[in-house]
Amino acid sequence: MGKRIGLEVSLSAAEAVKMANVDCIAAYPITPQTHIVEHLSELVNNGDLDAEFIPVESEHSAMSVCTGVAAVGARTFTCTSSQGLALMNEIVHIAASMRLPIVMILANRSMSAPISIWNDHTDVMSIRDCGWIQVFANNGQEVFDHVLFGYRVGESAQVLLPVMIHMDGFILTHVIEPVEFWEEEQVKEYLPDFKPIYALHPDRPVTMGGLGGPGIFSEVKVSQDEALIQSKGEILSAWKELGDVVGRHYHPIETYKIEDAETIFITQGSFGETVSLVVDELRDEGESVGLIMNRLWRPFPFEEFREATKGAKNLVVIDRAISFGGQGGPLAIELRSALYKEKNQPTFANFICGLASRDVTIADFKNIYRRAMEKVKENPREEDFEYYGVRGK
Amino acid sequence: MFEVRLHGRGGQGAVTSAELLALASINEGKYGQAFPSFGPERRGAPVVAFFRSDDRQIKVRTEITNPDLVLVLDPSILRIVNVTAGLKDDGILVANTRYTADEIRKELGLRCKLAVVNANRIAFEELGIPITNTTMLGGLLKAKSIVNPDSLIEPLRERFGRIADKNINAFKRAIKETELSF
Amino acid sequence: MVGKTKTDLTWQEIEIGGIVPTPGNAAEYKTGDWRSIRPVWDRNRCVKCGICYVFCPDAAIYEDDEGYFEADLFYCKGCGICAHECPTQAIAMVEEEE
Repeated sequence: MGKRIGLEVSLSAAEAVKMANVDCIAAYPITPQTHIVEHLSELVNNGDLDAEFIPVESEHSAMSVCTGVAAVGARTFTCTSSQGLALMNEIVHIAASMRLPIVMILANRSMSAPISIWNDHTDVMSIRDCGWIQVFANNGQEVFDHVLFGYRVGESAQVLLPVMIHMDGFILTHVIEPVEFWEEEQVKEYLPDFKPIYALHPDRPVTMGGLGGPGIFSEVKVSQDEALIQSKGEILSAWKELGDVVGRHYHPIETYKIEDAETIFITQGSFGETVSLVVDELRDEGESVGLIMNRLWRPFPFEEFREATKGAKNLVVIDRAISFGGQGGPLAIELRSALYKEKNQPTFANFICGLASRDVTIADFKNIYRRAMEKVKENPREEDFEYYGVRGK
Repeated sequence: MFEVRLHGRGGQGAVTSAELLALASINEGKYGQAFPSFGPERRGAPVVAFFRSDDRQIKVRTEITNPDLVLVLDPSILRIVNVTAGLKDDGILVANTRYTADEIRKELGLRCKLAVVNANRIAFEELGIPITNTTMLGGLLKAKSIVNPDSLIEPLRERFGRIADKNINAFKRAIKETELSF
Repeated sequence: MVGKTKTDLTWQEIEIGGIVPTPGNAAEYKTGDWRSIRPVWDRNRCVKCGICYVFCPDAAIYEDDEGYFEADLFYCKGCGICAHECPTQAIAMVEEEE
């Protein structure tokens, strides 16, 4: 068993990147991701990590460097947040299209304006359709484990896609909590060297990122989408192996007390663990509730959701992002699609809350639960959504 | 679960205090969680930090609104921030002040359990600067033994390097000099 | 393979990331189709200086066994730069239809 260490989660994430023995890091500091970059630059500077640290002048350059470096077959890492992600947007799409297994941590933060350095998932949703494998981590340990998982899955010859790890800004990045580090031997067992199928090399020239007109573009894009959909198999086996190696077991959705639950909370990100406590308290009060924490944002686990919500009467979906002019938060929209063809659909209550790190307490989640039960009584086919805790709403 | 809210001013090390407590808890094999009030760092502005300790994994990630203990690093904070807001009925306020417990209780109209220590003086004498975060950890442990004082020594050494001894002295002195009024 | 037989490939046949693994296959691309006028050399005026060869932006001009120059009409786009640069006006641009 690895050593259990108390550390700020940003620093333990950087230590996981070190354990993955990356060849190159190109990143630009932005709150609340900064401590990850700072620690990695220290590790490289002190000689603890034999890698190139490229202090680029912008996030656009960071992802450009990562793309180039990954194209020659090197293991690369970057991380960003919010506006930084927006600036690198162009290359984020290209990295996926070119099938380059970069691992990026996104310290989730709102998109401006007004300027917010605080946490929510609006930055995630801005690149929802960029073609990366995207997983949510609920705590520091999950961040650590998923850095290694990211390389294991992304670099797999069956996958070859970049992997984005979502961790809530501040709420996770700035918390000090225990994380069990992996042993070197465990990393060796779990994570083989990166052996790209194609890499830029003068002896074996290939063309990457060429032109694709109407005659070929659709075929290239379908092959990319199929790769993302098919990556699920490798994702599942990489989680299985991770469980075998370090004894922590991950799934596309994590369920908590849903077996007999009439009402199921659905969350994404660090809300999950807090809501698990809400479930305990509500059960003590005689309520029949459970929880599903979504881990795999892309490819979205449609089947798992259909299966897990089969017996449920009501779903209470908690979104931490707005889809302006859309039908609820992004997670709710996805779930409605997932359940559209089901015969016995549960009722649906969607709440958007926690924007810019606004605290949503256990008492708040209980209020949300009660409000959801009221809504269901009023109109079981309610398709509206509510902002929770917004003055004047 | 034991929950502590720390009040200080930006730059005084409230976050560091919370972090050291978490490291001590974790080193004891328990679960510890420490985090700042999220936002830009503003030197001098009133800030809060949070610390939780439990024998089980800590899943709650919200701010602490009903603390078991409130730790105040800066005497002037007592008069501009309602530090006892949400403090549990049997909760403890540990304050840095040059007044006695009776005096401060009377001035601020406090009814809760109270522990006071003149941390500014101790910090001045031991460290030469009025940075009271490590001193106030002594006050906190005198009021409530959340962790064994010895468990804090290693994190203190790691954190402060060559000035660790001075901080440890201040910490130990505060344990002796804190006045309890329960 | 992209760009080679692009109207035939199914998505399953696409290389990872749309990579073109065969180097130099741009040589198979017939740019001669773009041409509406073509260069014709007057060997009485040509002094074999090779300036046309140097200036051709598509490297479509080659030197023959006698040292004269000719355009490879598989690639020549008919841009006329060779004719413009020729110091002895030995190159005329002739309509393709003629």
